[in-house]
Amino acid sequence: MERHEYDVVVIGAGGAGLRAAIEARQQGKRTAIICKSLFGKAHTVMAEGGAAAAMGNVNSDDNWMVHFRDTMRGGKFLNNWRMAELHAKEAPDRVWELEEWGALFDRTKDGKISQRNFGGHEYPRLAHVGDRTGLELIRTLQQRVVALQQEDEREHGDPEAFIKVFAECTITRLLKDGDAIAGAFGYWRETGDFIVFDAPAVVLATGGIGKSYVVTSNSWEYTGDGHALAVLAGAKLINMEFIQFHPTGMVWPPSVRGILVTESVRGDGGVLRNSEGRRFMFDYVPDVFKDKYATTEEEGDRWYTDQANNRRPPELLPRDEVARAINSEVKAGRGSPQGGVFLDVSSRLPAAEIIKRLPSMHHQFKELADVDITQEPMQVGPTCHYIMGGVEVEADTGAASVPGLFAAGEVSGGMHGSNRLGGNSLSDLLVFGRRAGLGASAYVDGLATRPSAADVTDAKAEAVAPLERTGGENPYEVHHELQRTMNDLVGIIRKAGEISEALQVVEKLKERSKNTGSSGSRVYNPGWHLAIDLRNMLLVSECVARAALLREESRGGHTRDDFPVMSADWRQKLLVCSAAPDGSGVTVEEKVQPSMRGDLISLFERSELEKYLTEDELAEYDAAVKES
Amino acid sequence: MGYKAKFRVWRGEGGEGQLEDFTVEVNEGEVVLDVIHRLQATQVPDLAVRWNCKAGKCGSCSMEINGRPRLGCMTRMSTFEETETITVTPMRTFPVIKDLVCDVSFNYQKAREIPSFTPPKDVKPGEYRMQQIDVERSQEFRKCIECFMCNNVCHVIRDHDENKPAFAGPRFLMRIAELDMHPYDELDRKESAQEEHGLGYCNITKCCTEVCPEHIKITDNALIPMKERVVDRKYDPLVWLGSKIFKRSGV
Repeated sequence: MERHEYDVVVIGAGGAGLRAAIEARQQGKRTAIICKSLFGKAHTVMAEGGAAAAMGNVNSDDNWMVHFRDTMRGGKFLNNWRMAELHAKEAPDRVWELEEWGALFDRTKDGKISQRNFGGHEYPRLAHVGDRTGLELIRTLQQRVVALQQEDEREHGDPEAFIKVFAECTITRLLKDGDAIAGAFGYWRETGDFIVFDAPAVVLATGGIGKSYVVTSNSWEYTGDGHALAVLAGAKLINMEFIQFHPTGMVWPPSVRGILVTESVRGDGGVLRNSEGRRFMFDYVPDVFKDKYATTEEEGDRWYTDQANNRRPPELLPRDEVARAINSEVKAGRGSPQGGVFLDVSSRLPAAEIIKRLPSMHHQFKELADVDITQEPMQVGPTCHYIMGGVEVEADTGAASVPGLFAAGEVSGGMHGSNRLGGNSLSDLLVFGRRAGLGASAYVDGLATRPSAADVTDAKAEAVAPLERTGGENPYEVHHELQRTMNDLVGIIRKAGEISEALQVVEKLKERSKNTGSSGSRVYNPGWHLAIDLRNMLLVSECVARAALLREESRGGHTRDDFPVMSADWRQKLLVCSAAPDGSGVTVEEKVQPSMRGDLISLFERSELEKYLTEDELAEYDAAVKES
Repeated sequence: MGYKAKFRVWRGEGGEGQLEDFTVEVNEGEVVLDVIHRLQATQVPDLAVRWNCKAGKCGSCSMEINGRPRLGCMTRMSTFEETETITVTPMRTFPVIKDLVCDVSFNYQKAREIPSFTPPKDVKPGEYRMQQIDVERSQEFRKCIECFMCNNVCHVIRDHDENKPAFAGPRFLMRIAELDMHPYDELDRKESAQEEHGLGYCNITKCCTEVCPEHIKITDNALIPMKERVVDRKYDPLVWLGSKIFKRSGV
C-alpha cells in the first residue's frame, strides 16, 4: 500500500486548507495537501462578494473594533469572541499579503484595494474582484503554492520536497496512536487504490455539509467529511444547529435551484420585492436592529451615496433575517411565480454598470435561466449555504481536543456564532488557515517523539465494503432521501415534532446505508465514492438534528417555530456533539460559554447588550466599564 | 414537460472504450450535466464525470458535446432538438482515465514551469498602489476558471502529442501575458515566452477564444499583444537598448 510520511497533512484545498499548508511549509514543515477534487477547484471559487477586512480604504472610520462589533451582532453574540477579535484584527494583513502573491483586487481611485458594502457590515469593507472574489483567492493561493514549489526545486532539486498536492484523493479515516493523531487513511479517486499518510499533525479544512440538503449552494464535495472525521476521531463539534440559509439562491429552472445569487446584488443597490411590488424587508426589521436600518425607501436609497446621514436599507440585514423574511412572504402567498421573491437590480443601476459590477451573475442568469438581469428582476429564495457549527478549536491555534488535530475555515466552529456575515468567510479562512498552519507546526516542533504508524486494517475494510456488496441498495436513493428529509424537517423553520421525525428517518437511513452497494470497478467510481460519503453525511445530519432539537430558542441560523424568541440564558450555552469511533451513540451536551473579556465587551453600549445578555452578565459589564 | 433524450456517451478505461447509447429523461431547464447525473443515479452508477460547482465557476466539467468542447453545466438541453442524439465524449487532447474524466496533469506541469509573480522586494504588503485601468488587463485573464478547454482545442497539441513538451498552450501563454501586464511584475518574460513556452507555435486561429466559457479574448488580448512585445524586443534596437538602460520602476 502507498504510504507517505509528512509533518503536517492538510485535508482540503480550499482557501483555509491552502493557507494552512502555505504557512506550514513556510515554517519549514513537510506538508501534504489532500483534495477531493483537482487542485484549484475547491468550493471557495463559489464565493462571490468579497473578503471582509477593516482596511478603511473607502471609509476611514472603519477599524477592527467596528468589524468585531458587526461580527458579534451578526452572530447574535454567540460567537467565540476571541476568534472574532483575532479575525477582525488580522484580516487586513491577510488580504494585503495576497497582493504580494499576485492577487489583483478592484481598486479605489487612489489606487488602494476597493471595498464594497455587504449585509451587516457598518462600512464598505469587502475587498473584491467583481463578483468572482473566491476565484481570485483560490487562484492566488494556488499560485503561491506553485511559487513555493519552484523555490524548493531551485533549492532541493525537487518541487515537491516540502509541499505536495494529492489531488482527487479522499480521506476516510484519521489514524491515531493512543490519544494523539498519527495520520490519515484514504483512497485515490482515479484508481481506487488506498493511501496512508503517517503524520503527527492533521489540519482539517474540508468545508461544510450542504450536500445533506436538496436545495443548496454547495458542491458535491460538501459532505461533512471533516466534521465526521473529527467526531469519529474523538473530537467535539459545537453549534451544529446553526445553518445559514442564504436568502438569495436561484429558484428556477429546477436543475439550478439553490445556486447562489451573490449578496453583492443587494450591496450594490438591488432590492427585494414581493408579488405586490412591495419592498417587504421594511416590514421585517427586528427590534435588536431597529435603530440601525432605514424606515423609508427614500432614506434607504440615500444611504448608498450618503452613509453618514442615513441608515442602511433593510435588504442589507444579516442573512438569517432576510432568509426568514423571504420564507414568510412566500408562505403568505406573496411569492413570485416560481416560488421565490423578486430581486431587482435592473431598475436601480444602468445596464453597463450591472455588467461591470456583477458580471458572473449576469452571465449565470442569462445562460441558465434565460433572464437578462439588466432588464428584468431575478427570482430568488433561500438556499442551504453554510454551517456555522464545526470542530471545537482553540481560537489562537485552531487545535481541536484531540492532540495533533487542527481545523480551520467552515469545518471549524465558533467564529461566526449563530450566523455568519457575508464576506466574513473568505477572511476567516485566511486568518484561521494561517493560524492552524502555525498551530500545527508548533505542535510538531514540541513533540519529543513521533507517533508510531497506525494499523489500517479496519479503515481498509470499511472503505472497500460497498464494492463487495453485490445487489446492495442504490446509494443515490439513500442520499436523495436524506436530502429531502433534512430540507423538509430540519430546514429554515424547525419544530420539535418534525426534528424528531427527521431523527427517526436518519436512523433508518443509517441502516440502509450499511447495505449500499456499488457496481463497477474501483477506477473513478462515483457510486462507490458516494456510498462512502454517506457515512459522513448521516453522522453530521444526526448531530445537526439532535442539537436543533435541544436548543429551545430562535437565534441566527436556528429558528424554532415552537420557541420563536431569543433567550439570554441560551446565549451562554453551547451544544457540544460527540460520538463513538463507529459513529454510534451521538450525544449532545451543554457547555457554558466563557464571558467576554472586559475590554471587548466595553466596546458595546449597554442598551444594545440588554437585548442579548442576562442580568448577571450585565452586572459584569457594568463592572468592566467602571474599571476601564 | 419532460421527454426522453437519446444520449451517446463514451465509456471506457485503461485506453479502451466505446460509445454507448442511452435513453434518458430530460426535464425543463436542465443542462447536459444534469442528464449525465441522471444516468449515474438510474442506469450507470459508476459513470465517471468531474464536476463541482454546477454554475460555470470551477471549470471541472469540461467535455466534448457533439464534438465541441463545452462545460456540461452550462450547456442547456434546450439548445438541442428533442429528436437529436447527443454525443458526449471526454476532452481529446488529454489521456482518458475513465469515461468522461481525463488526466489533465499536463496543465499542472505547465503551470509550474511559468516563473511566478515577481514583485519588487521593497514594496511592503498594504503599500501596493495600482489604478483600476492598469489592473483590468490582467484581471481579464484572471477570470480563467482553468477548464483547460483552450488547451484541449488548440491544434498545436490536439493531435500532436509531440508538441506538448515545447508548448504551454493558450492557458499558460495567457498566464505569462497576465504576469507581463501586471503593474508590479519585474521579470522580463518576453524571451522565455517565445523560447521556452512555445508562443511561436501559435498561429492565431482563435479556437481558444471561441471555446472559452468565460469569454476571455485569449488571442486578441493576451497572445497577440504578447507576440507583439516579443517582436518589439527582438527587432527594435532602441527598445532593446532602452530595456537595458532604464529599469522598470514597476509602478
